[in-house]
Amino acid sequence: MNSFQGGPAGAPVLEVDDLAVTFTRRGEQSTRAVDGVSFAVAPGETIGLVGESGCGKSVTSLAVMGLLPRRGVEVTGSVRFNGQELLGARDGMLRRLRGADMAMVFQDPLSSLNPTVRIGTQVTEVLLEHREISKKEAVEEAVSLLDRVGIPDPRRRLDEYPHQLSGGMRQRALIAMSLACSPRLLIADEPTTALDVTIQAQILELLRELVVDTGTALVMITHDLGVVAGLCDRVHVMYAGKIIETADRYDLFARPRQPYTGGLLASVPRLDTGRGTPLTPIRGSARDTIPWEQGCAFAPRCDNAQDDCLTEVSGAIVPLEYDGPGRELRCRHPLTYPAAPAGATALGAVR
Amino acid sequence: MTALGDVRRRRIDELAARAGQVPEGEGGVSLTRSAIRRLRRDPVAIIGAVIVVVFLVVAAFAPFLAPRDPLAQTLLSEIRPGSIPGGREGFPLGVDNLGRDLLSRLIYGSRQSLLIGVVSTVLGVVVGMALGVLAGAFGGWVDTLVMRFVDIVLSIPSLLMAISISVLLGQNQYALMIAIAVTQVPIFARLLRGSMLAQRGSDYAVAAQALGIRKSRIVFGHVLPNSLSPVIVQATLSLATAIIEAAALSFLGLGDPDLARPEWGAMLANAQGFLSIRPELAVYPALCIIVVALGFTLLGESLREALDPKFRR
Repeated sequence: MNSFQGGPAGAPVLEVDDLAVTFTRRGEQSTRAVDGVSFAVAPGETIGLVGESGCGKSVTSLAVMGLLPRRGVEVTGSVRFNGQELLGARDGMLRRLRGADMAMVFQDPLSSLNPTVRIGTQVTEVLLEHREISKKEAVEEAVSLLDRVGIPDPRRRLDEYPHQLSGGMRQRALIAMSLACSPRLLIADEPTTALDVTIQAQILELLRELVVDTGTALVMITHDLGVVAGLCDRVHVMYAGKIIETADRYDLFARPRQPYTGGLLASVPRLDTGRGTPLTPIRGSARDTIPWEQGCAFAPRCDNAQDDCLTEVSGAIVPLEYDGPGRELRCRHPLTYPAAPAGATALGAVR
Repeated sequence: MTALGDVRRRRIDELAARAGQVPEGEGGVSLTRSAIRRLRRDPVAIIGAVIVVVFLVVAAFAPFLAPRDPLAQTLLSEIRPGSIPGGREGFPLGVDNLGRDLLSRLIYGSRQSLLIGVVSTVLGVVVGMALGVLAGAFGGWVDTLVMRFVDIVLSIPSLLMAISISVLLGQNQYALMIAIAVTQVPIFARLLRGSMLAQRGSDYAVAAQALGIRKSRIVFGHVLPNSLSPVIVQATLSLATAIIEAAALSFLGLGDPDLARPEWGAMLANAQGFLSIRPELAVYPALCIIVVALGFTLLGESLREALDPKFRR
């Protein structure tokens, strides 16, 4: 199923194959939050998982990290880290991997830090957990880590509490913690959503440098196409728990094929349109979906939708198919472009 | 650029410089320290603390503060018909029915009341927290088991429970302490479990898990410290309840049978017979109970506000 090809040298650090996550609750219908998601990341590569709230991108990351609760959650498929299967692996093994070989940066830097514990304690804690070093060495290491992520006066910051740091500093501290043991895989779950724009740019730059410097594989989860454009080598667009389009970032921005991707790009405010021009939203909301078994989940909101999008065709769901080199697409009526795309922009294509 | 513009710009610069400064000694302010700082600014907290401290000092230095022996009876020395308890020269608050100095008895009584209150609350907190940690940390069937047990205890009215235990364990002050502690246990167990459950699902707990921190460290190093503040507040409030309950049990005759230790509740019970002629004999001990309870309650309430992270700067 996994059609990962090429990319930077080396075997993929993370291979996710046909991952599905189902939340079951007694007396209620179960919810399939992630459905048949496959992707892979190579060392030094950055991929983006893009989609709106509730499309399953965060659940995917939690499933990869093994952080979903056991009860009421069913995870199937395969998650391989360095070729090692993580689904169904023992808790102790997962715990030793987390923080050391794979790490995660969360969305809200304030709530992801313990408010009652000093920054220093929280950083050294990770080091002491995974490395055989003394407390003193851990403190020194923590200082250099904070320094590396661009926190000024790191020694003083170690004694401070999270509420005394600014939002950007907190996110830097969290990144420092997740990088403490030089993980081979870093999952960043909307790391810039809670930050203002200038800080966002700094944090993204920091992440980019780290990927380049250390060859860490980075999975960037975001709903912000600006982040994708600046950072990701390859992009997977998710909708209603499934990947609906995969492309490298240039192809994606130049010629989105899935009408949903096209709609996302068209809804981004642009500098070159006139003042007072209304934004172009995607119709409806994420609730207006139909189950994948009955057609295309995006069809009710899609301008390109035709009759066969809304009905089951030959008992199979819309497949994710090869769509040119490095591209995959799940759509029966994709956006098309003239053979010579002279001046054809995403915006023009959608209109 | 005009002169006016310059002045304004300089002012803005000044303000900006001041905003960036961190006042001396503000670096590394812990939750505890910032809570204490906020408490010191709160008049209600100060009143509560003063009341509590005054009573603690009185209890600690009772032998030096009491003007007379609380047990010495003066009745027999001047027994005569019509001799009734109440005001008498040389006794600031009068004497009780056996001619014992009321003030000295109140002062000595504070020892017993506070001791029972503190010991039973500490006992209740320790046992309740142990159960709460057990349920909150493990979850699953351990949680169910502990919480069902706690629910059963909670469903019995606390005074009834205390009475049953005092009867069961015999009449002495330790039985009284245990009886009151047992009624406190479910409150603390539930409180800590609830607040731990809430904290366990919090972002920083998941983040710590994502960093591969071991579970024991997450529970005791991260979740527990963040779950403690409601317990601290409840403990302060429970001190008031414990003192009132101790007095109530003594009043019902289930208190310390050792008459050498005066106790407010027992004094209250004793004064019952003379309520129509000497109501002050009942009023003074009752007032002591009320004031101490009020002191702890005020302190607890302002502690709740001080520890609330919403009010943190």
